[in-house]
Amino acid sequence: MENILDYLRQDVRFEESLKACMNCGVCTAVCPAAEFYDYDPRRICELVQRGDEREIEELLKSDTIWYCGQCMSCKPRCPRGNVPGELISVLRKASQELGYFRMSEKGRQQVFLMRTIERNILDIGYCVYPDRVDPEQHPEQGPIWTWYIKHIADIAPKLGANYHGSGPGALRDIPKEDLEEVHRIFEVTGGIKLKNIVDNE
Amino acid sequence: MSNRYWNEYQKEIADDHYFYERSCIRQTFFPGSEAAFLSILRNELGKDICDNPHQHTCTGIGYHSDVVPFNTTMTVVARLFSLMTECGYHNYVPSCVTSFGVFSEVIAKWKESPELKEQARQFLWDACKREFEVPDNIAHPSDIIYKFRFDLKPKMRYRLINRFTGKPLRVVEHIGCHYAKIFPNIGIGNAEFPYVLAGMIEAWDGEVVDYPERRHCCGFGFRQYLVRENRGYSIANTKKKFESMEPYEPDFIVANCPGCAMFLDKWQYTIAEMEHKTYDKEGYGIPVLTYEELTGLLLGYDPWKLGLQLHQVQCERLLDKIGITYNPSEKYKGVSGRINPSPAKPDCLRV
Repeated sequence: MENILDYLRQDVRFEESLKACMNCGVCTAVCPAAEFYDYDPRRICELVQRGDEREIEELLKSDTIWYCGQCMSCKPRCPRGNVPGELISVLRKASQELGYFRMSEKGRQQVFLMRTIERNILDIGYCVYPDRVDPEQHPEQGPIWTWYIKHIADIAPKLGANYHGSGPGALRDIPKEDLEEVHRIFEVTGGIKLKNIVDNE
Repeated sequence: MSNRYWNEYQKEIADDHYFYERSCIRQTFFPGSEAAFLSILRNELGKDICDNPHQHTCTGIGYHSDVVPFNTTMTVVARLFSLMTECGYHNYVPSCVTSFGVFSEVIAKWKESPELKEQARQFLWDACKREFEVPDNIAHPSDIIYKFRFDLKPKMRYRLINRFTGKPLRVVEHIGCHYAKIFPNIGIGNAEFPYVLAGMIEAWDGEVVDYPERRHCCGFGFRQYLVRENRGYSIANTKKKFESMEPYEPDFIVANCPGCAMFLDKWQYTIAEMEHKTYDKEGYGIPVLTYEELTGLLLGYDPWKLGLQLHQVQCERLLDKIGITYNPSEKYKGVSGRINPSPAKPDCLRV
């Protein structure tokens, strides 16, 4: 493989996300992930900017890159126009494509995300759908969610939804021909390739 | 701030003929809000808005969870634009704030790198034999309600006044991060002075609560919520906001992002059950509304058709404060006419 920095540069988002970091730390000051985890976007920008191949490889193998919540609060605050949250997306993509994500606990969670969110998109055309938000797996949704799921066929139409119906409306079934087009987009653009790399069992 | 400077914080919002794109999250948790928005536009404002049955996810949640590559997301976006083009529309209105951010990012990337747009055209042609035009205007539905807030006011049956005290209701407004933090110039008031919800509240006689963590993220965090083991991140960030707003005793919270509205509602339940703590004095929690629910309520729409029964923090006390009339026996009734059994009661959060 060519060096990792060159690999990162192939991502169209890389140059835009890290122009010239002066290490002021405003991104870390405003970052929700930095408050919760041992996480510091300033250090990540500094590390990638330094360009040490070994350090970048270790970063891609670590839990650290998976702590960001992608809120992008860092973007409007950076005085140099960098986007640490977008740089994280570039690093995560590389970590998955190079197989490094398997070396960290947080990285391995991508397999679960592939089997839920990505599968939802390909199976039904939605990232999220009520039938796939299992009350057992989502106790934080409270008894109201358990109640809604139990009575959804009776309640959703009252709210104007077209639950599992055809034609327009909320919660409708997406036509097969549209799902096939979405699937072909995933094939042509690398979505399926990434899925196969991450979830190859 | 003088008008001269404030004008720099405005954005162009199309006047009519919109192409609506539904939201995975809003449909799932607040289906009544999407129905209400379409009704407000068509029936209250007389606008034309297309609800195309061939639309699908923008992949935004997958993109920000890093399971969908950028090239895939930009081509899915291109397909959605091709549906808009096919129907003869030019003004794109994505229901979800995550989608709003995704569309804005894709268009910004295409402007920076025109060759990327050509690549998207080629991908879409190879996959679907479709072509597309870039929208003339992209506005979030909350932008549109904001734009017409004074047109809607004379049609409203209620105001944001506490009928027991005669004082304005105190409202916390929460703007989804991806509304204006990614591209500040696409949000009303930019990232610094987001005014899209505050403008509605003030126009409808309420009082906006300014509190220290007003602009902090709701805590969704994509993979930080979607993976059960990571949810501590999500609830901790939401809790930080509740603790910050609590001293100001808000009457309710309103959000323009469906995910934020859901978390601000459901995490109140979770914190109450885990720590026996609520952020109002009586133990009921602070009601959370979507901006469509808020607008619909003031226009006199039935709370149970808007979907307020799906909120874990109950809204009746707020309805009573505004003076909204409702039929309690209709709350759990479905389209079958059957009154479904009531949901189980939480152990700590009062309902």
